[in-house]
Amino acid sequence: MQQIDCPWCGKRNETEFSCGGELISRPQDALGADDKAWTDYLYFRTNTKGVHTEVWRHTFGCRQWFKAERNTLTHQVVNTRKLSEETGEGHGDHG
Amino acid sequence: MDSYSLFSLVKHALSGHKNWQPAWRSPKLKPHYDVVIAGAGGHGLATAYYLAKKHGITKVAVLEKGWLGGGNTGRNTQAIRSNYFYPEATEFFDHSLKLYENLSQELNYNIMLSQRGTLTLAHSERELEGLQRWVTAIQINGVDSEFLTPAEIKELAPVIDISKNARFPIAGGFIQRRGGIARHDAVAWSYARGADALGVDIIQNCAVTGLDIRNNKIQGVKTAQGTIGCERVGLTVAGHTSVLAEMAGFQVPVTSMALQAMVTEPMKPFLNTMIASPVVHVYMHQSDRGELVFGGGADTGNSYAQRGSVPILEENARAILELFPCVSRMKLMRQWAGIVDVTPDTMPVIGKTPVDGLYINGGWGTGGFKAIPAGGDTLACTIARDKPHSLIEKFSLERFRSGELVNEAASSGVAH
Repeated sequence: MQQIDCPWCGKRNETEFSCGGELISRPQDALGADDKAWTDYLYFRTNTKGVHTEVWRHTFGCRQWFKAERNTLTHQVVNTRKLSEETGEGHGDHG
Repeated sequence: MDSYSLFSLVKHALSGHKNWQPAWRSPKLKPHYDVVIAGAGGHGLATAYYLAKKHGITKVAVLEKGWLGGGNTGRNTQAIRSNYFYPEATEFFDHSLKLYENLSQELNYNIMLSQRGTLTLAHSERELEGLQRWVTAIQINGVDSEFLTPAEIKELAPVIDISKNARFPIAGGFIQRRGGIARHDAVAWSYARGADALGVDIIQNCAVTGLDIRNNKIQGVKTAQGTIGCERVGLTVAGHTSVLAEMAGFQVPVTSMALQAMVTEPMKPFLNTMIASPVVHVYMHQSDRGELVFGGGADTGNSYAQRGSVPILEENARAILELFPCVSRMKLMRQWAGIVDVTPDTMPVIGKTPVDGLYINGGWGTGGFKAIPAGGDTLACTIARDKPHSLIEKFSLERFRSGELVNEAASSGVAH
């Protein structure tokens, strides 16, 4: 069983977490955004092979959403941090 | 090409089976082809076969990173059916099923098609109403499907507990009797043999490393065995559609996920139909060798790893036991995973791309195997005419810009 480092609770079993998919952001200017900007946001994904930035939720724990960097080839979570933290060391084992 | 028949079997038996020819050649890569297909799985090999057979384009190479049919073609649970909800989906998948029905004869290769029926279960009155709507839609689309009462289900598959005490009581279900299974390796091998006999070069251990695109037109393909020139390229790389699209400079609306399946040890025949339960989230059949083959939900999060996690394996086994407590003492023999490319509406992305001369066939999600003959047939036609085949017009990449999605995910009740 893999363990994931929740930025609030620390390391917990992976079964406590749910993946919310790739980290995306809404078009900033909602009224000015064109069809391409909206469909990019709705449907198109980088789907990276390698280290992928995602949002996860500690569903059966503190229920907080957080950011995770995870290698899609090895499933190793290399870094986790709170949604409010833009940069920094994070909470992972930096593997 | 040696024709396979009872006569050839007897002939080779007399010489101790020492003179069988390989089913396809292993040719050297040529410097130029008319069409290059990336990916020698079912869809790629079928595309090459139909290009040569129906359109007379035989200067074709099929490039494969690993071994032929070693990706999703050899990892699925072999289910074939065409009981979709929307007309465009039904037409496409029923075309595929009809091609499957004649494939063994056409390719002179036994794909072991077994039309044992695909049974979908409902466990409550509300679910039954949903299934009724689905069955009506399928019938309006001109495809066979029948509603079954619990007693009829019991007669079809005595192993199912229809008593009120069952963990998930059976309220009813429906069956598509033309649905069933086929041997997935044989599908890849038969198309490979058929394409090879028509002059197609199948090159294994030859990964595509880049695409040569100038003035927005495909000029060639960079491979692990050198660069080759070509007029047109088809991408049939289930599980790696995003990676190859990125080489061409565009994005696809795809999330790659690991979908696992597993088999138990073999036992005597006791189940002669495919059974799926959308609510319990599991599907199962008994293979011709007696093993129970089953699967359920996909693993959490994006993955390119081709292996499933243990918690999801346990989840799938739990679901099987809740539906069939009688198999609790059987041992699990093997478990594996394939990488499925899931689109937002669960329908494929197939047709032209923003690059001239580059065509795509991907995004089949969890249902690519049943689509192989039609996917190859329609992509070959699209490549040959540079115009989408009428069956795939609704499945263009462009629909994710125009918003004209074919939202089977919400309607079909398929549990993924």
